This record gives sequence, structure tokens and C-alpha cells, in this order.
Amino acid sequence: MDSGIVNGGASSDDILREIERLEAEKKEIENRILLLQAQLNNKTAPDACRKEDDTDRFPRPLVNSLRNGEVSGEGLSADMIYRYSRHLLLPDFGVEGQLKLLKSSILVVGAGGLGSPVALYLASCGVGCLGIVDDDMVELNNLHRQIIHAEAYVGKLKVKSAAAACRAINSSIKLVEHREALKAVNALDIVSKLLKLKRYDVVVDATDNLPSRYMINDCCVLLGKPLISGAALGLEGQLTVHHHNGGPCYRCLFPTPPPTAACQRCSDSGVLGVVPGVIGCLQALEAIKVATAVGEPLSGRMLLFDALSSRIRIVRHLVKMRGRSSHCVVCGENAAFTQQNFQNFDYECFTQSPMSDRSSPKLKLVPESARISSKEYKELVDKHEPHVLLDVRPAHHFKISAIPGSVNIPLSILEDKLPTIDLALREAGQVSGKHASLYVVCRRGNDSQRAVQYLNGNGFPLAKDLIGGLESWAQDVDRTFPIY
Amino acid sequence: MTLVIPLFRAREVTSMAEESEDTCAANKAGGVTKMQKTSDMEEREVGPWIEVKVLFFARARELTGLTDISLLMPPQSTARDCMSKLLNNFPKLEEIYNSMVLALNEEYVPESTVLRNRDELAIIPPISGG
Ligand SMILES: [Zn+2]
Repeated sequence: MDSGIVNGGASSDDILREIERLEAEKKEIENRILLLQAQLNNKTAPDACRKEDDTDRFPRPLVNSLRNGEVSGEGLSADMIYRYSRHLLLPDFGVEGQLKLLKSSILVVGAGGLGSPVALYLASCGVGCLGIVDDDMVELNNLHRQIIHAEAYVGKLKVKSAAAACRAINSSIKLVEHREALKAVNALDIVSKLLKLKRYDVVVDATDNLPSRYMINDCCVLLGKPLISGAALGLEGQLTVHHHNGGPCYRCLFPTPPPTAACQRCSDSGVLGVVPGVIGCLQALEAIKVATAVGEPLSGRMLLFDALSSRIRIVRHLVKMRGRSSHCVVCGENAAFTQQNFQNFDYECFTQSPMSDRSSPKLKLVPESARISSKEYKELVDKHEPHVLLDVRPAHHFKISAIPGSVNIPLSILEDKLPTIDLALREAGQVSGKHASLYVVCRRGNDSQRAVQYLNGNGFPLAKDLIGGLESWAQDVDRTFPIY
Repeated sequence: MTLVIPLFRAREVTSMAEESEDTCAANKAGGVTKMQKTSDMEEREVGPWIEVKVLFFARARELTGLTDISLLMPPQSTARDCMSKLLNNFPKLEEIYNSMVLALNEEYVPESTVLRNRDELAIIPPISGG
């Protein structure tokens, strides 16, 4: 097609861009309509406990005919019976299980990779009240695993996005959006003082960091709430039900937190999208079992999921004390941990790691004289100053994206590769006849400082760190540089 | 990090068993090499030594570069003995030593537990991602 005919000389690129823009707008409007429809449904549909009077909206002959009249459909409206019929047909679950579920309140902490399937399943299966806590925004790099969020919600609050998705599936349950991060200062209130009289019966830990795990555990022990704890990283997952019917808590298992280096995040180590999905589904299942007292919850046991070998192992605690540790500082025999202690406890300090990715500190390991900003580095490149740019990220990171011409020697093998650096510097110097300088870069500017520290003391006193790493390169110099 | 300890094939364990207590049969993380079948193990003479299979999870897997390893231990060895041998072979495991659970044949045990031939010892550090 001759683009000159359309729109008075606009190029096909312009037209494509315009189409893209309009499509995005269309999607946004469609999403808003969906949201409003869901809100409307919420307003017209009576809430869960009032629904029993509402039998004439979708009259069905099924009412009261289940389980030979042994348990009547009392408390379930006709449309509820229809909606949850596959649950009601389960002999081990039945009307009783569904009624318990409809009367229960469950709090999901975190609307991320684990929280997505947890919230979706709990909403669709008819938990009476579902609370979601999160203060994070949806990012594009969340979507491969955080399946509750749609593209239209990128840049918006996760808790809003999650609640909208849940509402779209089941408008008859009560949804509570807690738009804040769960912390020691607000956790007791959020967990125990939902709607005047009601409290959450079960808490699901779907967070992504160690301090939150200890904090949520301690909160649940203090308030006597069962805790469904799941975790996933890389290709592995873990799942346990804590503090249930006198069973052990998270601290019974792990009284001492691992050092910072040992607790990694998905944003550093990566995670295969389905892995938190699998664990999250199992968390939803355990939450339903605990809320309805159906079956044998995973208390005193830990499920280990290994995606690589497709293996699930279940490790049992010692039978004694149902696996609880008598020395546990929060749930043990002589534990003296009070709500006051809890609120004053510094969980980030205890675990030596931050609750939020956003607050991860920038290290300062080398003097200013051994550092250079990404803009300064760009100027040197433009002036053709002879140099070697050493990228110390792991090889699989280097493959994702790298500054052209940089040399990859991962920090872990730097020690053995000093001759290679020496050679590269000499080659770079030979071309211009001048002495070549050495710059070091990594993803965020921490490992590069560690490398410079080592290099400065081992024959490369002039090596310099590129401040802020590739993230600052992408931000301050090359906007098109792919970040991850 | 590259592994510094030598990796022996499972087959080599038999011949080296009498020579060195440091002998180990290791499977690379994600690799397909598997332990010998039970029938093979019954045929060979382990002598006074007991064979313990150690499973690594999460960070332990990363630090050792292995999913599991087979250790030959003197009889009456405890889980603690097994751990010190592992720490000897993989000093980096020190990082998680204070914050992991040990499971013997899928049950949590204290380090003082005495091991028996063909026991399976799992090293489980916590995962915190999500
Ligand atoms: Zn405890």
C-alpha cells in the first residue's frame, strides 16, 4: 500500500505507531469497562451471608436434593449451589466444606508469583472474605509468573490489579485490598482487626523475602493463626503449614536466618514462571483444607518441589511434640515473645536483608578516585581513549545483553584470569601506542566494586568501577540498552 | 564457581573405597548420571564402610554444583560426621551450615543421629523467593 495516500504523507512506521497507540488505548478502555461491570455486579449481588434469601434469581431444581437430604443446602443459595456444584459433589467436601469456606476469611500476603494463583483459586472457589496485602506496582518483568496481572495494569498497584481479577471471576465474595506493605508495626492490626468483628482465620505467606517470612510467622504465632507458607526460586519450591493445631512454626525449623548471600531473590537468581505457580496452587489447596478442616494439612512436614527432576519429596518433622521445638523463641515452652516485642523487632536487621527490592542499598566499597560515572565513561569511548571494559557478571547474564566491546570475566573466576586481563590491556594499548585503562562493569554496580577492590590489590592499581553498572548505563547514556 | 574437588564416576567408587575415605561419587547438577542400581550395590563388597547418599537442595545445590553425592563413611558415623566431611570437601557449605535442616530418610533429625548403610541425608536450606 502506498503510504503517501493515507493520512497525507505519513510513513507506514507512523501509521503502525498510531495503530499501536490506539490499540493500547482501546485495551485500557476495555479494562475500565470490565472493572466497572465487576463493580456493578458487586453492587447488585448481595454479599455472601445475605445470599440465602436470594433463591429466586436463578431458580434451579437442585436445591436441597444433595447427599440424600443428609446435609441440606441450607445457607447456600441456588446460584451458589450451581456455581460450586463440583465442590458439593465431593463426598469429602460437600455442602459442609463449602459453607465453611464461605464463612472463612483468608489473608494473602503478597500478590506476586505465589500470591497470583493463591488469590485466583481462593476467589474462584468461594472463600467468604479474601484479603490481599501488597504495596508493589506491577512491572512488565512480573508478568511471566504473576499470572493474576494483565498488561493493562503495568505501573499500577498489584493489590488493585489482583482484586479486579478476583472480582471478575467471582463477584459474590468480599475482597479487601490492603494497599500497604505488611510490617511489624501494622501486621497485628491487619491480621486481627479486619471488619470490626471478623478476623482473618488463615494467613498465606506469598512474599518474596526472608524478613517478611519471619515477621509473618511471629505475627501468626502471637495471634494463633495457621500460616500457609510457600517459597519458590529458580527451579525449586518449598511448602509448609506452620503453627497449625500445635504444630511447629517457621522458627522451629529455621531458628537462625541464613546469611545475606544465601537468601536470593527472583530478581537476582531468576525463577521459572510455573514454579511459584505450582507452589501457589498447593498453598491455595492447603489454605482451603485448613479453613474447612478437611483432610490432613501439611503441618509438621515440608514439601520440596524440584522442577528439574520432576520430583516432590515430603520431609517429616520428628514426631515428638508434633515437631515443635521446645527451644523455639516464639512458640517454644519458655517463649516470652510478646506483641510489644514483636512490634519493636527489627526483622530486616535480624535477617540482614531488606523487605523490599526497592530499598536494596548501594554499596560503597572503593574510593571515589577508583570510580567513574557511566556518562564519563561514554565520553572516554567517544574520544577513543584506549581501554578495556571488563564485565564481571556471570556468563549467562552477559548473554542477555552487554556493552559492545566489553570482555566478560565473571567475578567468580576473576582470580584465575588476571593474565587474560593483562593481555587485553596490552593489545588495547598497542593499537594507539598509549597505555590502556581498565574499567569494570556489572549489573548494578556492586560486584564491579568487589572486582575493582581485588584488582587494585593484585597488579591493577588503576582499575575503575563504572558506578551503578549497566542499570545506570541504560538510564543515563543509552536508553535503548536492554535491562532485565 | 568451578568445582575444585575431583568428580569420580559412580563406577570408580568400588575400586577406590579401600584406598581413601574421601572417595565420593558425585552427580552433576541437572546431569543424567545416576547412582548405581541397588542390585549392583548388593553385589559389591563395601566392607566395614557404609554408603550414605547426600541430597542437596536450593542454595546447597548452588554451592556444591551438585544435586547429590554418595559418601563412604566409617560405621557408626553420625550425621555430624557426614557434615564435617562435606564441609571439608565443599568449604562453601559453611555459609548455610547454621541455617539448614538435615533430614535423614525424609525425617528431620539432630546431627547426633547415627547413620546406617544406604541412608539418605538431605541438606535443606530455606528458600525465600516467591
Ligand atoms: Zn516455633
